Amino acid sequence: MNNLGVIFKRELGGYFATPLAYIFIVIFLVLASVFTFYLGAFYEAGQADLNAFFNFHPWLYLFLIPAVAMRLWAEERKSGTIELLMTLPVSRGAMVLGKFLAAWVFIGIALLLTFPMVLTVNYLGNPDNGAIITGYIGSWLLAGGYLAIGSCMSALTKNQVIAFIVSVVACFVFIVSGVSMVQNLFSGWAPQWVLDTIASFSFLIRFDAISKGVLDLRDLLYFFSLMAVWLFATAIVIDLKKAD
Amino acid sequence: MISINSLTKRFGDHTAVDNLSFDVKPGEVLGFLGPNGAGKSTTMKMLTGFLTPDGGSASVCGFDIQRQTLQAQQKMGYLPEGAPCYGDMRVKGFLQFIADVRGLSGAERQRHVDRAVEQVELQGVLEQRIETLSKGFKRRVGLAQAILHDPQVLILDEPTDGLDPNQKHHVRRLIQQLAEGSNKMVVISTHILEEVSAVCSRAVIIGRGRLLADGTPDELEARSRYHQAVTLSLGQAVSTAPLESLPGVLAVESQRDGQLLTVLAKPGEVIFPAVGQLAREQQWQVNELSVERGRLDEVFRTLTSGEAA
Repeated sequence: MNNLGVIFKRELGGYFATPLAYIFIVIFLVLASVFTFYLGAFYEAGQADLNAFFNFHPWLYLFLIPAVAMRLWAEERKSGTIELLMTLPVSRGAMVLGKFLAAWVFIGIALLLTFPMVLTVNYLGNPDNGAIITGYIGSWLLAGGYLAIGSCMSALTKNQVIAFIVSVVACFVFIVSGVSMVQNLFSGWAPQWVLDTIASFSFLIRFDAISKGVLDLRDLLYFFSLMAVWLFATAIVIDLKKAD
Repeated sequence: MISINSLTKRFGDHTAVDNLSFDVKPGEVLGFLGPNGAGKSTTMKMLTGFLTPDGGSASVCGFDIQRQTLQAQQKMGYLPEGAPCYGDMRVKGFLQFIADVRGLSGAERQRHVDRAVEQVELQGVLEQRIETLSKGFKRRVGLAQAILHDPQVLILDEPTDGLDPNQKHHVRRLIQQLAEGSNKMVVISTHILEEVSAVCSRAVIIGRGRLLADGTPDELEARSRYHQAVTLSLGQAVSTAPLESLPGVLAVESQRDGQLLTVLAKPGEVIFPAVGQLAREQQWQVNELSVERGRLDEVFRTLTSGEAA
């Protein structure tokens, strides 16, 4: 894992060297607020918590995270810098993890900039701030899961648009596997353990628990193993498709 | 020492590099020649650890590129074809990033960056974004990146491709400076033959992924049918018959209505004195009389077109 820090630093700096970071952050903040106040009916609910805020994150991330992830590898491939990167003395793991962590921290920064929400809810009432912190952790983990999937999809192609679309679809599958509509498809004929397995893959169910303030070790384990698996897949895909 | 043993790479049905073997010794500047698509870049990509060979092996300074990839890569500086760089970075930031990856830090890092910048003359553009630079400057940034850690082995894939004559000259001088009086190894791929005569101490010609010739530029030129040929530029047209009857003469080629004659020598023969003497005896009006060393492009064409046929 030599040079993980060097790759991380370059990647994170790369976001702020272009307008991409600022555009992303502004759009993220605007959409997060719109969802919370209009669709989430934050005021009308009259509750001192941030459920209205966190509930929309899985859907917000569905489009925003693949937009960040799509360039991770596809751009390197397109511009040919992948050849430069892979002939530098950097291990495969350091490259994959360095890029991922930089993107994850970048999204974390965007997420932290939603702090006025916390101030607002504290001004209006007496919320459970522990639950809010848990919610933020859960949201960041959720973003990591999306990002790891997007990283793998980006490694598959040199076309960023394809990477984006495939990532959205893949993430969507991980969201809807917990929705009752999908569950109903299987409930007639599949045994219960299949239903449970499918549901256990769902971002929604895991995230729902965390965002309500319940930090279960199994949910943490779920998100971390999900990231590990997709990042490992990313490394394999890169090794197999270096030259294309 | 670079050693390449039976290196093979296939893309589908197409064999890009076919059982290729050669060594590069310390102090050598190796010109790696071949027509487009001969497998030059593919070989270099395998040598630098980017592509995985389908067969054979390569090692750099004793490190096997497959098993000790990072150690081998640490010994090498590599300029990939087209000199890809991170376009949204500034020149200085990019070179500092490369220095970090190479494990340089503090004053040592600064010294290496400064030296590389000076060697390829990038002082004026340090704060510019790479994507805003001209092609020549981008190429120089790529070169600076490759030489930054003062590597033992330098692999340059078409370093002068697309540069103007001044820039070409500059890059060649730089390569000569790097190789001079050191035991470094430089491998340059090119299809520009003048470059080989200008900078290389040895040349390897490949075609369709196979080794066709290996020797010093002089040795390769000696393979040309123009080796030891004598060129006569005359004031008036003359009969070529007396030339053709000289001992050691293979043939006479005539251009410009017989005013420019090229007298070809049989292999191993030296005919210059005899031709000079004949010209004096015949009282030809000789404007110019010279011996050819051989034509590398002709050797190249003969070798590589024979391969295609």
